[in-house]
Amino acid sequence: MGYFAPATVDDALAVLAAGDVVIVAGGTDIFPALGRRAPGGGLLDVTRIAGLRGIARADAGWRIGAATRWRDVIDAPLPPAFDALKQAGREVGSVQIQNAGTVAGNICNASPAADGVPPLLALDAVVEIASLKGPRRVPLASFITGVRRVDLRPGEIVTALHVPEVSGASHSHFVKLGSRRYLVISIAMVAVLLRLEQGLIAEARVAVGACAPVALRLTALEAALCGVDPARMRAPELFSAAQLAPLRPIDDVRASAAYRQEAAAELCRRAVMAAAAKAAAHG
Amino acid sequence: MDSAAPVMTEFVLNGTAVGIRTYPGERLSQALRERLGARDVKVGCDAGDCGACTVLVDGEPYCACLMAAQQVAGRRVETAGGLTADDPAGRRLAERFQDTGAAQCGICTPGMLVSAVALLRVNASPDEAEVQDALGGVLCRCTGYRKIIEAVCRVGAALGTEGRVGDAIRRVDGLAKVSGTELFGDDVAPPGTLEIRVIRSPCPHAAFAFGDLAAFRAEHPGIAAVLTAADVPGLNRFGVIPDFADQPVFAEKAARFRGEAVAAVVATPEAMRAFDAADFPVAWSELPHVATLAGAEADTAPQLHEGRAGNVMCGGFVACGDVAAALAGADVTVEGSFETGFVEHAYIEPEAGFARMVGGRLEIHACTQAPVMDLDALAAILGMDRAAIRIVPTAVGGGFGSKLDISVQPYLALGALVTGRPVRLTYSRSESMRSTTKRHPASMTVRIGARRDGRLQGIDFQGDFNTGAYASWGPTVANRVPVHASGPYRVADYRARARAIHTHCPPSGAFRGFGVPQAAIALESLLDELADRLGMDALDFRVLNALDNGQPTVCGQVFRQGVGIKPCLEALRPAWVRERQAAEAFNASTGPLRRGVGIAAGWYGCGNTSLPNPSTIKSGIRADGSVVLHQGAMDIGQGANTVITQIFATALGVPVGAVTRIGADTDVTPDAGKTSASRQTYVSGNAAMLSGKALRAAILQRVNASDAAVLSFGPGVIEVADMGRNHRIDLGRLVADAEGYVLRAEQTYDPPTSALDPNGQGEPYAQFGYASHLAVVEVDMALGTVRPIRFIAAHDVGRAINPMLIEGQVHGGIAQGLGMALMEEFVPSRTENLHDYLIPTIGDIPPIETIIVEEADAHGPFGAKGLGEHVLIPTAPAILNAIRRAAGVRMTRVPVTPARLRAAIGRKG
Repeated sequence: MGYFAPATVDDALAVLAAGDVVIVAGGTDIFPALGRRAPGGGLLDVTRIAGLRGIARADAGWRIGAATRWRDVIDAPLPPAFDALKQAGREVGSVQIQNAGTVAGNICNASPAADGVPPLLALDAVVEIASLKGPRRVPLASFITGVRRVDLRPGEIVTALHVPEVSGASHSHFVKLGSRRYLVISIAMVAVLLRLEQGLIAEARVAVGACAPVALRLTALEAALCGVDPARMRAPELFSAAQLAPLRPIDDVRASAAYRQEAAAELCRRAVMAAAAKAAAHG
Repeated sequence: MDSAAPVMTEFVLNGTAVGIRTYPGERLSQALRERLGARDVKVGCDAGDCGACTVLVDGEPYCACLMAAQQVAGRRVETAGGLTADDPAGRRLAERFQDTGAAQCGICTPGMLVSAVALLRVNASPDEAEVQDALGGVLCRCTGYRKIIEAVCRVGAALGTEGRVGDAIRRVDGLAKVSGTELFGDDVAPPGTLEIRVIRSPCPHAAFAFGDLAAFRAEHPGIAAVLTAADVPGLNRFGVIPDFADQPVFAEKAARFRGEAVAAVVATPEAMRAFDAADFPVAWSELPHVATLAGAEADTAPQLHEGRAGNVMCGGFVACGDVAAALAGADVTVEGSFETGFVEHAYIEPEAGFARMVGGRLEIHACTQAPVMDLDALAAILGMDRAAIRIVPTAVGGGFGSKLDISVQPYLALGALVTGRPVRLTYSRSESMRSTTKRHPASMTVRIGARRDGRLQGIDFQGDFNTGAYASWGPTVANRVPVHASGPYRVADYRARARAIHTHCPPSGAFRGFGVPQAAIALESLLDELADRLGMDALDFRVLNALDNGQPTVCGQVFRQGVGIKPCLEALRPAWVRERQAAEAFNASTGPLRRGVGIAAGWYGCGNTSLPNPSTIKSGIRADGSVVLHQGAMDIGQGANTVITQIFATALGVPVGAVTRIGADTDVTPDAGKTSASRQTYVSGNAAMLSGKALRAAILQRVNASDAAVLSFGPGVIEVADMGRNHRIDLGRLVADAEGYVLRAEQTYDPPTSALDPNGQGEPYAQFGYASHLAVVEVDMALGTVRPIRFIAAHDVGRAINPMLIEGQVHGGIAQGLGMALMEEFVPSRTENLHDYLIPTIGDIPPIETIIVEEADAHGPFGAKGLGEHVLIPTAPAILNAIRRAAGVRMTRVPVTPARLRAAIGRKG
């Protein structure tokens, strides 16, 4: 038992190695889960570790520190490819949650409805992990392995997300579907990142959340979108059942599986059209 | 690196350096409230779902429940109390919140105000969308948010203070609500008080057996007591309707719903922190259960209560004329079946209270809508003399019907009695949602006929209501629904049958409207269909059939005056024409969005149905010249403190500011009845008026002045100016009674009603209030989402005692009706929190125009009628009718979630 707020990653790893601590940053998932119980073990507060918060250029891309809050993402000067991530940030809970919750916390909590995951998947984000054995990197797509399950071993801590270089001509958009305006868990959500060449879609990345145990990219749809005129998004061969086949939505209190499957297609279409409109507007 | 517990944390709270020792991971909200006395930080959910506990940390809003206290080390923390005292934006907002009526119950207000300060510091004149984004993280269940937006956007003028009947004045208790100094159920107990934790059934139906409770207690030194049914000295049974009382304080042998109490643990705060309810020695064995109406009626269904065969608890029936013949002879008939789900009250203040023994008497401080009913229930449960119990209600952070029933009270009482020490109990959000009452789910089938000329010819209503495991207010719902299911229309041939049926679900009880909102969904939906079939305009059709003075209701009751439904309907006409044209123009565009306009009406009888329903109001004048009003009508946010004071002050002939108010307290304030059935303005208002008049008469009589005299109160003196003469009453020369009053008046009012015969014929209420709503919605045809665009609401309130408070009731009622229509459905074990159970946020409530209609009522004080429940009756059907106009589909089940609407649109093709 204890409360640890180390100033360096090395100190944090030492605390972790000593065992029986839970990592806390924004607290937005830890405290609701606790209910009225006191924390069983110790708490490792990573929000005071130097260099863990903030977004910077690094390694031919961007480095988003693990303790970077959604508020920091929203306020950061970033290229248009990050618009979807910022939009998602504004949809995370409420201002209070955005001020506390962190990007790494969102992915480590591994909710199928985590708002941050689809835009990070569209950015091809890679998770940077530290441990006393040394650092390792895992693509986000394989880091989240299931509902509330991630590829994080004892003694490890997520230190950052890396976003590889992305074209300044790439534009992105995020749409979230819920039953109310704020503080809402998604029924479904979509992030799209795309680039136009001569008015046609040259590259598209489409990621869908809350429609499978883990948010995922729709690669068949992405391939089908290449070379297509964004004005033709109602074409029957697009957003087809086959292209959305990787989705495995469930029935829950928020919506039926059938509805999610149908809505996901419509949300994908709208997100692609919105991203394409942004791209076209920036010529 | 910080070390092990306890940890010293130093930070700046509202400008003052503080240092506290907390255990590792102690929530900031807990530390602020319990270690630093900052009870202006209110807690509603402990999960970041409601935002009531919002504080500023280094100027940014955070939920204090989602932070470890250690995380603010070295930082600046500001709370509502500090901001309204010291911050320019906070002080301004405190004024604006009071002038707009942005605070009702006040439990969310500190969170709203703190969030608004953060916004105004960076944006001095925000627009509506910016306010919504900034305040979207704070839930409010009372106000409908529109007045909060007004307050932050600085719309509107300052209010006067005179407070005669008809004046929009600030709430008399508003300052405490905006600054957070108002004390709610969890705000009374001193730090360190023994805490109670209730052990509850994890299954909908389960037998149970305790392990060795004595050994368990011995193993846990901080536990002061373990309570079970064996500790109940009186009757282990309660219920708001004595003939149906069936609910145990602690279940014996078997629990009948998930969340039912079987035991309670009383322990020190330290021991409670380590306590895990899963360790409590009880073994469960699950039994077959029924959750639905259909399941409860099956031949093989387990029976919940002896003597209630087929799980039918009771029924209600009203009939007049010959409905079968009328429908057979009708030119056009329509029929439909409708379903609604459980709706949770979701007040932001969970049930909470504090109890202690004082001089051998038991004293309970808890949030409640019905202090004297609490007293009666406890006297029976405890086997104690009523005189040995004192109920001192705290402020109530929203009630809406559920705080009419006892919740924490018996556990507090037993805890205090058994330990002899003060105890406190605050339900967790999920415990509140699991264990307290809900709105009844309904399954209704209605048939309506009409003649070619548009006159209604027969309404046949059948409704079954899922009343859950225990009676609560189920009998009231079963009685009220048949009286109201005709709506405010003239129909000579009518039959309505309602039944309350038990299931292994949480008890369904009172919730704003007692079943009438459900019935209105069925009726008003079908009226639109009927109008279409007749080729008539939906508004014209309703006006044609609207009840009028001198026409009998379905109970055969004839009101010679005060029937205000026609003016309410006609008040919608300009908007009905304008909004439909606008929607038509909008729908000419392509794209997936379609707009529709819907209307619906409602009525509601004020007060108990055909039962005695008195209120008593006491007032007096002290020798020092102060005018004291014992105001026992519980203010649960609706504004009874203000309205009753305005009525009393007007009757006495003084400004509101001259009145000192003493609240509900069973030792010193007479019973003003329960806050339910929209009865306080009408019933307690009458008692207040009579009390004010009697006090005035006593004063005038002393100097033989006429009733035209003007009173003014000074220190120890009353000056009476009458017909050019000035009289002076020297109060010091009068004899004060035991309570210190030299003059006093105590008056009772009981509405004139009569019993209903077996066909429901009689005079159930002395007055009805009337309402009509118009809703404009936008449907996304591809996604099935519904976005309300605006509401126009016309309400006949007889006489508007305080128009600002009336608007507040209308806004709040519409927000709840919108929630019921579009997003709210409580599912046991699935939605026991405020992120799976959705209530509207500040971004979900569109502009609302309130039209106040004043058809004075002969029985109402100054002509006033009740309002609280009327406001959500037409909302859901108006939305459903608007959806039908927009999307072309009739939705027969609420809530209309995107999935359900999209499926209906898909079926239509």
